[in-house]
Amino acid sequence: MNRKIAPQIKDAVDYTLALKPYEHYTLDNGINVYSIDAGAQEVVQLEMVYYAGNCYDPLKGIAAATNFLLKNGTTNKTAFQINEAFDYYGGYCNRACYNETSIVTLHSLSKHIDKLLPILHEMLTESVFLQQELDIYKQNVKQRLKVNLQKAEFVAGRLIDSYIYGEHHPYGVYTNPLDIDALNIEACKAFYQEYYINGNCTIFVSGKMPLNFKESLNAVFGQMPVNKKPVIKPVNKSIQIEQRKFRVDIDPNSVQGAIRIAMPFPNRLHPDFKKVMVLNTLFGGFFGSRLMSNIREDKGYTYGIYSYIQNHVQESAWLISTEAGKDVSEATIEEVYKEMQRLREEKIGDEELLLVRNYMIGGILGELDGPFQIMAKWKNIILNGMDESYFYDSVHEIKSVNAEQLMELANKYLRPENFWELVVY
Amino acid sequence: MIQYEKFILDNGLRVLVHEDKSTPMAVLNVLYDVGAKDENPDKTGFAHLFEHLMFGGSKNIPSYDEPLQVAGGENNAFTTNDLTNYYCQLPAENIETAFWLESDRMLSLAFSKKSLEVQRKVVCEEFKEHYITKPYGDVWHKMRELAYTTHPYRWMTIGASLKHVEDATLEDVKAFFNKHYTPSNAIMVVAGNIETAQMKVLAEKWFGSIPAGEKYNRQLPIEPKQNASRFLEVKSNVPLDALYKCWHMPARMDERYYAAELISDILGGGGSSRLFQSLVKEKQLFSNIDCYHFGSTDAGLLTIEGKIVKGINIKDAENALMEEINKIVENGISVSELEKVKNKAESALAFEDMSLMNRASNIAMYENLGEAELINTELSKYQAVTAEEILEQARIIFDENNCNTMHYLSNN
Repeated sequence: MNRKIAPQIKDAVDYTLALKPYEHYTLDNGINVYSIDAGAQEVVQLEMVYYAGNCYDPLKGIAAATNFLLKNGTTNKTAFQINEAFDYYGGYCNRACYNETSIVTLHSLSKHIDKLLPILHEMLTESVFLQQELDIYKQNVKQRLKVNLQKAEFVAGRLIDSYIYGEHHPYGVYTNPLDIDALNIEACKAFYQEYYINGNCTIFVSGKMPLNFKESLNAVFGQMPVNKKPVIKPVNKSIQIEQRKFRVDIDPNSVQGAIRIAMPFPNRLHPDFKKVMVLNTLFGGFFGSRLMSNIREDKGYTYGIYSYIQNHVQESAWLISTEAGKDVSEATIEEVYKEMQRLREEKIGDEELLLVRNYMIGGILGELDGPFQIMAKWKNIILNGMDESYFYDSVHEIKSVNAEQLMELANKYLRPENFWELVVY
Repeated sequence: MIQYEKFILDNGLRVLVHEDKSTPMAVLNVLYDVGAKDENPDKTGFAHLFEHLMFGGSKNIPSYDEPLQVAGGENNAFTTNDLTNYYCQLPAENIETAFWLESDRMLSLAFSKKSLEVQRKVVCEEFKEHYITKPYGDVWHKMRELAYTTHPYRWMTIGASLKHVEDATLEDVKAFFNKHYTPSNAIMVVAGNIETAQMKVLAEKWFGSIPAGEKYNRQLPIEPKQNASRFLEVKSNVPLDALYKCWHMPARMDERYYAAELISDILGGGGSSRLFQSLVKEKQLFSNIDCYHFGSTDAGLLTIEGKIVKGINIKDAENALMEEINKIVENGISVSELEKVKNKAESALAFEDMSLMNRASNIAMYENLGEAELINTELSKYQAVTAEEILEQARIIFDENNCNTMHYLSNN
């Protein structure tokens, strides 16, 4: 046996990837349900997606506050009783507010989920929005914000978004303590009426379904008054700030700089998008990327450096993000631009390109492990208004994009003059 | 039930194989029974620094990551105070690549000077990113020193100081490898869409010829029973006062561990827990409060931490917290409360086993604790806990003399 010789491998690009199809059905009130019944564990994940994200904010932070308070009191139950009801059966009910959508998620053992659905229903139809609950929320959010504002990476994240989308764009907006003070319960109630009670809801369910689960869902959620009117898709236009370079000092004793370099980038529907995903992986998308190899593994300037396309619906941004030693922050930025230049001027070699292809395909294979992960892929496709061809075309691009095309894309996008640059110390 | 088969190679390497035909992937997980607790007190942070060096090339293979990525795989590793765990996931057909890579670095590292120089810097940046620049980042550094006088849990995995990491030499690295990275000190789990018989052949082929080395005999100093409460006040550039309290609790393999774990859930597990309901919602003294522990192999710390609402005196908040602790110590818990946390434990275990990677690393961890079969008996141990045992443990753990308190105060 010669340990210097690698065992034979099957190139991941030779795999045929298949996205397990969902089952689709509608409840009596027209709610679309996407379902994947699979998995070895007796668990279920139910996601109720509302078009109630912060794009629809009448006042900064109302969408998020409303979403949070869904679990904090209904006509029949206090916040404690709601929590107790989920906890008693080992269920986890989480809620999250994104830009376009707001999501209420339930994770439960399959054998208990029928008992938990009515509590969800109560939250989504009979929430009461008590002043006291809002006051506690405001106080705790403000305290958390205070702590976060001392973290360079948190400050850097919100500043860079505001530079490239604009402070009035839902992707670029951020909250200050004064915004939290201004939250009021009447606005939450009104938001709830419009975007939950009379809003638009879609259900994604995955895992091992209990018997007759379809009927259970319909019995509980099939009469809610939702989906009476079409979703009004928000249209927001980004406006970039003029200044390109920023250095912000929040702590004179800091030992690191939080570096963000970003450019506006179109959404998934743009013809370049899928190929750029390959270019991004090569550039800074994984541990073996150019940025990581150079700036971490060769120079030791940072614990980690990544580039990525933000996961947004309407428009997006291409970002490079790292925390680097204070004394080497400027050198790190220089190296980032050097790596862009290399991608513009030198064609990627066959070996490296095959590595990136195999790594990406292997990654997708790994991401299809289990029903929750498969549903996550579908949810992304459906909520972005796409179909399964997005998945298959992406796989096709990973397998077929060539070195010339990648160089062309690097020349089109990866130019320093396209980017905004920020370091928070 | 999680099925697996176990066998031991002549050099002492324990191998466990878990078949799962529902996935196209395979996972190879290698756990080394060495953590920060095995370090010399003057050279801390070494187990973790060493984990970084394991990716700097081995005797016959210049790069670990590249061939794995070419095979469609990815990998990572983590170090705790107790152990170091390496895992990679790749398409099942390519599992032999993982055997090749893992066996070569168990055989011998390349001990590259450049790798050591770079990774020293990388770890220093990791140290800064997580423990220096973040507000409250040094809490555990201070708390471990307060709560442990003797046991090497006194220091954090990242190291007691940047200097220890900066001073690491190639000789240190070699000695550490020879002492701890031997087959008999390792556990390998292969999981996924694979055949057990074939895995036996591959294990023998790639790992069978690695010399057994000398068995490391762990002899750690035992932490003496704490006889008086301890207190530390810290003033720092943070926006809010924070309270931390730690009590010594039973070790992971102690039968009393399960009662302690359920106590932490009753007190601090989510929206219906006692501390959240009383102190965050009703009295509004804390803006958040949590109760947890690290599940450490040797006797650990049951911890309660919370941020104090601005304007509230930390002493008042602490008194209210102690009122809640006294309630459980005096009155124990109700039947339905016990039922609730048992249901939560059942659910948490089921969700934990969802991913192949978790199953593989859990099998390795349980084997390291004593036997892999614990993965299948864990739930019954939670279910066997009685209200009386909870009361008894609460009384022992929350003894005043067993307590370590830190007031981490805002100086602005």
